[in-house]
Amino acid sequence: MKINKMYWLLLPGLLFLTVFMLIPIILTIGSTFVQEGKPTLEGYLYFFKDAYFNRILLTTLRVSVFTTVICIALGYPVAYYISRLGTRKKGILLALSIFPLLTSPVVRSFSWMIILGRKGLVNNALVATGIVDKPIEILYTPTAMIIGLVHLFLPLIIITLVGVMENVDSELIRAAESLGASRFTALRKVLFPLTIPGLIIGSVLVFVGSLTAYTTPALLGGKERVISTFLYQNAMTLNDWYLASVIATIMIVITLVVVGLMNKVATKLNPKG
Amino acid sequence: MKEKHYGLAIFSTLVFIFLLGPLVIISVTSFGPGTVLKFPPDGFSLKWYQNIWAVDMFPKTFVTSIIISLLGNLLALILGVPAAYALSRYHFRGRDLLNAIFLSPVLIPGIVLGFTMLKYVLVMYQLPIYAGLLVGHTVIMLPFIIRVIGSSLSNFDFSIEEAAVSLGAGRLQAFFRVVLPNIRSGIMAAVLIAFLESFNNVDISVFMTGPGISTLPIQMLTYVQNYFDPTIAAISVVLMILTGLLMFVIERLMGGLAYFTKR
Repeated sequence: MKINKMYWLLLPGLLFLTVFMLIPIILTIGSTFVQEGKPTLEGYLYFFKDAYFNRILLTTLRVSVFTTVICIALGYPVAYYISRLGTRKKGILLALSIFPLLTSPVVRSFSWMIILGRKGLVNNALVATGIVDKPIEILYTPTAMIIGLVHLFLPLIIITLVGVMENVDSELIRAAESLGASRFTALRKVLFPLTIPGLIIGSVLVFVGSLTAYTTPALLGGKERVISTFLYQNAMTLNDWYLASVIATIMIVITLVVVGLMNKVATKLNPKG
Repeated sequence: MKEKHYGLAIFSTLVFIFLLGPLVIISVTSFGPGTVLKFPPDGFSLKWYQNIWAVDMFPKTFVTSIIISLLGNLLALILGVPAAYALSRYHFRGRDLLNAIFLSPVLIPGIVLGFTMLKYVLVMYQLPIYAGLLVGHTVIMLPFIIRVIGSSLSNFDFSIEEAAVSLGAGRLQAFFRVVLPNIRSGIMAAVLIAFLESFNNVDISVFMTGPGISTLPIQMLTYVQNYFDPTIAAISVVLMILTGLLMFVIERLMGGLAYFTKR
């Protein structure tokens, strides 16, 4: 087929994305730099000066960092365990990891409302065992958001890392052990370095995902705002579309910078280029 | 050489209890008779399952969600299959850029995508809400269609297609009678994965509601913020059963779940 004929195959999809995604995004970003017909940076100055916005930004970052670290701490050993199992068991555990991933985030966040609420499982257990006298506030705090987000993204990091670890030749670890390294040293010096590129990709998926997640913070965060629920509030409740556009732009920039950095680092670390 | 790691096995079991426990708890509470969610429940009742039908916004938004996901899927296929074909069949200038553009909807934060679509697709272009939902869901399904079908096509031996053409088949005929049947299971898997992505979507749909118009996840979100009875738990169980069934079909079609571990 002639090469210019082939562009016709791409054209409908490209036009569709341009009209309904690219133009809206570019115009939204553009609109934040213009107010009453004049170029301005006021929206951003206002945003970064205001103590309330800074607090939201900080909460968001803190929640995302904690979520990412916990996901790695829990997911890495589990991924290693799964990757060394036989085909049948591995298939079952992978299916059990993928199932929550495909289940609606509304359902998954809602389940934590039942568990973390004032009369929920956790509080009942704490009161019954006498650890606390009366129910503590867990739901509607940043802690609840972290728990919900870990639950949301843990399957993602597990299956990403299983994919990476399956590519590591287990003979390498055995070779290290037969040369006198302990199991732990062999894993630390042989397996770990080989999984770093995958670890970076997985962490970035979780970090960016937590940074921009809406459903979980909306259900588990209560009045506690993160950047995405703040965007929604400005767009839909307060009708401040200018500020909402500023927040949207900031979110796009953060996402692109983090993902861009990841691509750079991952390419550099990947021995195959 | 088989060495048992009891510590690791116990750790993994605990992590899986953390992952699946909440889903079990939600299922159990859905059968509780009380008006407040309680675990463990005081008895057994199916009344909250009946309540799904009693609150008429639930069946209504369920139908909306299904229609939007199916139509959006169809639209995403019409736009995505030719693009996936061109991107995996030919090497040309700008291919990487075009590929990046087609996959970019997964890169832009969903909530940002939703807001910009509200601002431009609904308000500036003046599309009705249903059309806006359809367009928004098509945009988020496209990357999944392109990626899954693209990976199917990259395993396809295009010399078979060339053979058909050299034997006198037209380009279109060769595509529909030779290429398409060979990537059938990839297409089915792409459709199902995209369907789940769209059906569960909150970030776009939350900006596109109107009087009596909403999708099921948004209706659930609104309901949860106002009532705390087990109706949502009952719906959750129904949705989990549907998810499990679709996952089973995807596994059969793809001959495993390897798609999910390769990124």
